[in-house]
Amino acid sequence: MPLNIVAMVKQVLDPEVPVSAYRIDRQKKRVEIDPTKKIAPVINGFDETAVEAALRIREAGHDVKITVLSAGASFVTDVMKKALSMGSDEMVLVQDPALEGVSDSTVTARVLAGAIKKLSPFDLIIAGRQASDWDNAQVPLGLAELLGVPCIPVTRKVEIQNGDVVCERVIPNGYEVVSAPLPAVVTVSNELGQPRYPTMRNIMAAARKKPQTWTLADLGITDLATKLTMLDLFIPEKQSKCEIIQGDDNNPVDAARKLALRLRETKLV
Amino acid sequence: MADAKGVLVIGEAAGGQLDASAKELLAHGRKLADSLGEPLSIAILGDNLGGAPKEAIAFGADRVYAVSDPVLKEPQPEAYLAALTALAKEQSPKVIVAAKTPLGVNVGPRLAFRLETGLAQDCLEVKIDGNKKLVANRPVFGGNCMVSVACDSLPMMAVIRLKTAEPLPRNDSRSGEIVPVNPRLDPSVVKAKVIKRVEEKQEGKRLEDAEVIVSGGRGLGGPEPFQKELKELADLLGGVVSSSRAAVDIGWVPYSYQVGLTGKSVAPNLYIAVGISGASQHMAGLSGAKNIVAINKDANANIFKESRFGVVGEWQKVVPALIQAIRELK
Repeated sequence: MPLNIVAMVKQVLDPEVPVSAYRIDRQKKRVEIDPTKKIAPVINGFDETAVEAALRIREAGHDVKITVLSAGASFVTDVMKKALSMGSDEMVLVQDPALEGVSDSTVTARVLAGAIKKLSPFDLIIAGRQASDWDNAQVPLGLAELLGVPCIPVTRKVEIQNGDVVCERVIPNGYEVVSAPLPAVVTVSNELGQPRYPTMRNIMAAARKKPQTWTLADLGITDLATKLTMLDLFIPEKQSKCEIIQGDDNNPVDAARKLALRLRETKLV
Repeated sequence: MADAKGVLVIGEAAGGQLDASAKELLAHGRKLADSLGEPLSIAILGDNLGGAPKEAIAFGADRVYAVSDPVLKEPQPEAYLAALTALAKEQSPKVIVAAKTPLGVNVGPRLAFRLETGLAQDCLEVKIDGNKKLVANRPVFGGNCMVSVACDSLPMMAVIRLKTAEPLPRNDSRSGEIVPVNPRLDPSVVKAKVIKRVEEKQEGKRLEDAEVIVSGGRGLGGPEPFQKELKELADLLGGVVSSSRAAVDIGWVPYSYQVGLTGKSVAPNLYIAVGISGASQHMAGLSGAKNIVAINKDANANIFKESRFGVVGEWQKVVPALIQAIRELK
């Protein structure tokens, strides 16, 4: 029996897009990207790290089956397939128009928990520490609660030892080694290291794989009641009042000297 | 929860002393409790709470649940969760707030799920609106946007970012009630066990407490300037060195240096950003910084929009000259 790993992956707006290309719909409370820019979405960066963590467990010599799981209203298949072409085995997409614009962690966790129960048995769920769109950092924790399993959040190393998951959890001034029995949920942070680039061989293999698609009805989920109401969504205004200090003849050394004087005048040094 | 009442703060303490995060939370909680016209409570968990409960009263609490149990000796999230779930069910607070600490971000959302309620994560501001609902402002999309969210179910919960409130002035003559709670925790609730904790020692002051911070980013080009020029400038100003996430990801400095959304929140009087572009996820850790000075060769870098003073130029020239000029002024 292989170890069943579920890697949670979310499709998000490319976080590298400059805020000037954002189009905010204050009525619907949605962020969209200026369509004329033709910028494709991406897999949430921390979720690519989750896939990387799963692949490293395989490379440590364990027999694993890696299933990528996501939920959303619509997907760009080529974007999502990156998780497969990195080396995962299967992909399940919970795709339902009712999930359009959902940003409530309670709802997302409930949907994903439903999908994982349908997928079961599972041994280890690996997710990114947070998604770069709503930055909620709640879904994996909620998932652990709904499934009744332990959770180790924000880790930089994930290993399987004697049937337990053993992680290095990032804390402000160091790390903790935390161990939990399986099944469990862990989340990973960028400190784990760079996610790999897909190899040509894996890209070809992924091209032949067809994601399995489930609707909310397939999961028996009808209740999408939220716990929070979004009242407003906006881009905060920044007043630029920066005093740019220039040196004579654009001399940086002179600029530094003038900066020192200004810092002294304003009692900052 | 029809009779839900009051505000409950999840307070952290160590070595018998209240953590700075708990003092900040009490300042937030006091405002919320006063707008509701209801009492402010704090739950402090541990095996030996020492003077922390009295301190909490001096910093604004009306009631302290002093939750002590041998299982709470270490900050094990599942033990905290078990104790807090029982307390919240028994006391039915209207509002529960936690701090964005490693423990708070773990326990807060899970407590919300156990209590079948919602939680506003990583909030900068919290208030009670005209409908007596908890309304929170929180950054999203890496800090590029803000949302305002209202909590619709009881208890209304939020995790609040550090350094978003000044603690109230300590007043040892305030009166309050200390309620001892013995949860009699079953040690088997702790499934995820901390086997060891490794502290990566940092020299000097903690970033979170520093009044002056000299910070470097990708623009520095390598690890050496953090130990050399940046450290020299920081030492001269009695400050400490930090970094952006880019510098941590490349491996120039350890994670303990990182300021930003997934790093530390800091609140220095002076923050000198060297070779940092000022991506919103970095600025997210700087909402408490009072004066930002930017040194960057790219005149269009976002950091200049957020700074009080800026010098456009190569750091290799500007920083050594700045060090020398400040030395001469001293």
